Amino acid sequence: MERNLMIAGFGGQGVMTMGKLLAEATCEATDLNVSFFPSYGAAMRGGTANCFVVISDEEIGAPVSYALEDLVVMNGPSLHKFLPTLKAGGNLFINSTIVTDEITRDDVKVISAPVTQMALDINNPRALNVIMLGVYVGATDAVPADVIIKGIEHKFEKKPKLIQPNIDAFNMGLEIGKAQK
Amino acid sequence: MAERVFMKGCEAIAEAATRAGCRFFAGYPITPQNEIPEYFARRMPEVGGTFVQGESEVASVNMLYGAVATGIRAMSSSSSCGISLYSEGVSYMAAARCPAVYVNVQRGGPGIGAIQPAQQDYLQATKASGNGGFKMIVLAPSTVQECVDMTYEAFDLAERDENPVLVLTDGVMGTMMEPVILPPMKSDAEVAEIRAKQAHRAVIGHAIGDQHTCEPGGIGDGWEKHNIETAAMYNTWDKDVRVEEFMMDDAEIVLAAYGISARISKVIVKELRKEGIKAGLIRPITVSPFPYDTFAKLDPAKVKGILDVEMSIPAQMRFDIDHAICGRIPVKECLRSGGQLLTNDQVMAGARELIKEVL
Repeated sequence: MERNLMIAGFGGQGVMTMGKLLAEATCEATDLNVSFFPSYGAAMRGGTANCFVVISDEEIGAPVSYALEDLVVMNGPSLHKFLPTLKAGGNLFINSTIVTDEITRDDVKVISAPVTQMALDINNPRALNVIMLGVYVGATDAVPADVIIKGIEHKFEKKPKLIQPNIDAFNMGLEIGKAQK
Repeated sequence: MAERVFMKGCEAIAEAATRAGCRFFAGYPITPQNEIPEYFARRMPEVGGTFVQGESEVASVNMLYGAVATGIRAMSSSSSCGISLYSEGVSYMAAARCPAVYVNVQRGGPGIGAIQPAQQDYLQATKASGNGGFKMIVLAPSTVQECVDMTYEAFDLAERDENPVLVLTDGVMGTMMEPVILPPMKSDAEVAEIRAKQAHRAVIGHAIGDQHTCEPGGIGDGWEKHNIETAAMYNTWDKDVRVEEFMMDDAEIVLAAYGISARISKVIVKELRKEGIKAGLIRPITVSPFPYDTFAKLDPAKVKGILDVEMSIPAQMRFDIDHAICGRIPVKECLRSGGQLLTNDQVMAGARELIKEVL
């Protein structure tokens, strides 16, 4: 089974970090194959950034897909640009604090969470991506939640103060994801 | 077994080279291979090696020439239009029989092209990386793990033949991250031993007493002697041909691809098999020497069509396939180019078109 995900948003919302955290944690704590591919280029400030994560129990072909199972959009432009690449029946994750436009497709499952506002509410504005990762894992079971918790512990090994706040942020998202499963 | 780590292709290449005993890197920045020099800049001082950001590609490749002439394991990397500027230096290293290793992380072309990934340097890499008709072993990895393994091995091949070796990869593999298992780190003693074996070439780039230069106006065997010797060395490469044949035993439809295109094609072969279509894959792992025999032995009574899958328009590997097939089996193409990436769906669509025509 292969599962592919695109995460898209503004530069600075942590979309690359979110993808990398998911992929790296999967590499460390499972036997699955996993790839991470960032978009890059002559990006402009305030423009869109995106990355792909593919997780599979078989060899992975292209690390890029335009027939997505899962799409995370953290801002409006990403919704319009990438919604057509989501497969029918796919999961669309919305940062509902910022993405307020109407979803123009009714053949996809929409899971929404106001992650920008939630991150501000817990005085950890940079954690919006970790909250969204929780929502994603909660709604899809793409990997077990423990895998990401271990990944967070490993990622912040040298900054132990940041471990608990990030785990808390992740768990907050996880509950929202599970509720919308 | 060593632990698997999650690494970007470019960084994995630089770490593999360091573990192989590479102690000198010179290069000039260009996307999408900047993580290679960036990694070396941090890593070389840790192992007592030297990193130089040259003032240009021309300077960098000539620094590589100088470094390998001292017997040290040395490497450089660039991308497509930067690699064009390496032509003179690589040709000179082939002339001086210098065991250099370099990496081309291909991007779109021609000219400055696109910074996104492509496979548009195939003919340059395999047929003429510089003037004078020299040949090189060209390794074409299709996973980050192969980027590691082939870079590690490239130094051994270069020293065995006293000839440059090219690792031909692309911006997808350079930029993507995948789990890898890294090879063992060569000890300082092993690195010193390797260097001692190469010491005979001193700083002139030739084995002492074995210079091949021809005096102006002189009559002699001069460069022809060199050409004959290197041709004899190239003729020993039949044993070095590497190719992956996947599900080829009863294949009626054959996908042919190297590098990034091959890993995508392999997934499609598996998908087609699930539908009961007898598909197979031929993946040249060495694109030079090319696995001509693997294609030449295909039986037209069994194989109904070949799909050449490349990220290059026009197709380039097609020349080698045609050379082996000689029109006995229909060959079609599935191509993207100029920085546009092939996806699983596009290769599947290409395969379906071929199937419709020939099955």
